Amino acid sequence: METLWPRIERILPTVSKPARYIGGEQGSQSPEHGPGKVAWLLVYPDTYEIGLPNQGLQILYEILNERPDALAERSYAPWVDMEAAMRSAGVPLFSVEQHLPAAAFDVLAFNLSAELVYTNVLNLIDLASIPLRASDRGGADTLVVAGGHCAFNPEPLADYVDAFVLGDGEEAVGEVNDVLACWLASAAPEARDRAELRRALAHVEGVYVPALYTPEYAGGRLTATRPNDPAAPASVTKRTVSDLASWPYPSRPLVPLTEVVHDRLNVEVFRGCTRGCRFCQAGMITRPVRERPAEQVRQMVRRGLEWSGHDEVALTSLSSADFSGIEETVRDIVDAPEHEGQVSVSLPSLRVDAFTVGTAAEIQKVRRTGLTFAPEGGTWRMRTVINKLIREEDLYGAVDAAFSQGWRRVKLYFLIGLPTERDEDVLGITELGARCVEIGRRHHPSVTVVASVGGFVPKAHTPFQWFGMDTAAELERKVALLRAEAKTVRGLTVRWHDPAASVAEGLASRGDRRMGAVIERVWRAGGVFQEWSERFDLSLWEAALEAEGLSLAELCHRERGQDEVLPWDHISAGLHRDFLWGDWQDALARVAVEDCRWTPCYDCGACTGFGLEHVVASPLPPAGGSQGTGQDLTGADRIPVRLVARGS
Amino acid sequence: MAPEGQRRLRLRFTKAGKIRFTSHRDVARLWERALRRSRLPVAYSQGFVPHPLVSFGLALPTGCESRGEYLDVRLGPPRPGETPVAALPAVLSPLLPEGIDVEAAALVGEAEGSLQQEVASCDWELEVLGVPGEQLQERVEQVLAAPVLTVRRERKGRPSDDDIRPAILALAVTGSQGHLRAALATHPRGVRPGDLVSALGTDAVAGRACRTHQWIERDGARFEPLPLSGLGTGRDAPQHARKAFPHVRDGVHPDPRGSSPGGDGER
Repeated sequence: METLWPRIERILPTVSKPARYIGGEQGSQSPEHGPGKVAWLLVYPDTYEIGLPNQGLQILYEILNERPDALAERSYAPWVDMEAAMRSAGVPLFSVEQHLPAAAFDVLAFNLSAELVYTNVLNLIDLASIPLRASDRGGADTLVVAGGHCAFNPEPLADYVDAFVLGDGEEAVGEVNDVLACWLASAAPEARDRAELRRALAHVEGVYVPALYTPEYAGGRLTATRPNDPAAPASVTKRTVSDLASWPYPSRPLVPLTEVVHDRLNVEVFRGCTRGCRFCQAGMITRPVRERPAEQVRQMVRRGLEWSGHDEVALTSLSSADFSGIEETVRDIVDAPEHEGQVSVSLPSLRVDAFTVGTAAEIQKVRRTGLTFAPEGGTWRMRTVINKLIREEDLYGAVDAAFSQGWRRVKLYFLIGLPTERDEDVLGITELGARCVEIGRRHHPSVTVVASVGGFVPKAHTPFQWFGMDTAAELERKVALLRAEAKTVRGLTVRWHDPAASVAEGLASRGDRRMGAVIERVWRAGGVFQEWSERFDLSLWEAALEAEGLSLAELCHRERGQDEVLPWDHISAGLHRDFLWGDWQDALARVAVEDCRWTPCYDCGACTGFGLEHVVASPLPPAGGSQGTGQDLTGADRIPVRLVARGS
Repeated sequence: MAPEGQRRLRLRFTKAGKIRFTSHRDVARLWERALRRSRLPVAYSQGFVPHPLVSFGLALPTGCESRGEYLDVRLGPPRPGETPVAALPAVLSPLLPEGIDVEAAALVGEAEGSLQQEVASCDWELEVLGVPGEQLQERVEQVLAAPVLTVRRERKGRPSDDDIRPAILALAVTGSQGHLRAALATHPRGVRPGDLVSALGTDAVAGRACRTHQWIERDGARFEPLPLSGLGTGRDAPQHARKAFPHVRDGVHPDPRGSSPGGDGER
């Protein structure tokens, strides 16, 4: 197999940020290709800067390269200038390590972390010179697989992807490799039977082979998705790794040569979240909670910093302050003599209470710039609907603690377009922001509060999956309300996500198999990098929908009933449909649920289904309770007295 | 002036192969990580966001190679067990990506100016594509004969017409087909190899470019910020360096009088 490097080398001087295409990262490997080894090309369908830090991809990269019967290289979406140069020079998609053509690999494995990259996925398959549709691929063609959170509604990409792997990939990737090794050895390339491979893959737990299922429609609506082959189970359930301690990966994280997002060491402290935020797909599909032993965390941090030379480590999870013994762990890292006081720790998802800010203050001695909280809802009423149970008292307490301990900038994340939302909930965002500014001024004459507002997209496998999302016009109206109000408050800035992009995300994440043709049309019309605001174009999506006889109103904005078949009903994240529906009804009735890590089980199905329990070192909730768990919620809507005066 | 006990370490390194496509900022970042891994007692700035006190010389344009890049690192007081300066090239190179090799290290006097200020010119080897080999000599002569040589280039995102002729100190074709050797001044405004190639005609396209030397000029003499120790072997190298380059302090042992503010005593 010949490297494309001499040809790539010639086009690199003409493109922006050429270092994205050279590989050579610390930790990157140059595996030897040959018979008896399944060759994987792990592809992140967005730019190198976004894709390189992806932990899922780095974990699989190491696991595969450790196997004697597998090897893995990586690829990322070339930016538009590079793609144009590649196409005009006849250079196909290539691996960054040895610059080998993608089609020379046995598997192209996509990480799907966001739905707006779907047009990039098609573009990359095409750039790899692999037949676009799975049904057009033969025995000699590269297999296309995909995993990641978006695989939980695989239907929009069902026609283009041979197999999806649902849930944790650590174990499944080896089993898929076994099937492939066997199939590759079965016959000469042209003589291999792809149908046989499909059936063998369908026998691997957690693997969904879309060609083995047929969607049925009546009156323009999906009525069922049924197996068309006895090898295919009626429903495919995700994989769950029961013990994170068995998988201390990445152990030699990739250290890039050029600038990327999250340019720091990342150590995953736990997987799963049971806070029960009803809008959060990640929290629902990654249950149960599985903590990494604190000692292993310390070891991964120590070795990782030694290996990489980074001066910052992020302890990652969906809510890192909830890690048992987080304070001790953090203190051990910060105070370790070998770090000489130069290492900072970041907790990317801070819980909102004063206690958490105290921990943040302790660890951010070095760089105290901005602190971010995610109340998500502007009023207590809204927060009970979404089950993000931050009491007013805790919220302002956290903000007060942040400003009093030296932070000058506080960023707050909110969603708009949530179920049951009224204009007063929307305006609650600016009101809340204004109070935060007021609190900040008590500590410093000039403070900034940024309210960052995103349009809510109801995702698959969440209690809100039945909800009809707001139209772009409605989201824009709400943004306009916020902007007008924010103008009257000095020190408060409102930032918002393009409502049109939220709607396109809704389409791509909620669509059924018919959405594939829409995505293909958008791609053919030039719509790549749709998650980049400068390249996003809603009109491409609208035109494609119309051409396919589909509508936004039907697919995105319509509330679904309990009995309606959803496009992802044959995919299971382990959650009972009844549980999700019950939680949806609770949301509408404003009934809150506590975190089941420390309180009785609601039987969502995640633990029982996998024969697991939450793996947590501490059976007790954080001292004094937090975010609705172990707390008295009567009067949770009460604004502390010293703040009431404002606005009245 | 440097705080008490601080030392100034100068390192010379290469940038070759695939790594040439990284930017000046990228190289700065990977040096910071390598220095942290080396456990050298790098001094940090005081202030809100402390950062390691490292200063680089003239930026090398992205895509160009080099056989003579430099950086100055401010070190704190010597530490027990600290790697001797002479051993640093061998210790640091494995901590850096392929293509970046540390080729010399020495402590330099505080009286030295910064690399940015001191380097007056650079030598380059340039590959020129698009110009028939037999015409290259003629084009070079035209460039040298031109009183003014205006080139349109981008500066801070805006096109700008500049006369680059005064900065071209020397230009000649080399024995190798389609290759030039050039000496380009760095002040008041540097000339990029690409600018020079575009002055050779509209058909000229810059191929590979390698910065071979950077020169400091003082009192009519010119010398490199740090010579390669390959001129002699073992103990001879620093001796040679001291003779030829009086601003360079003994590279073998950290300065025993670490607190001395200047390097003059080493002459």
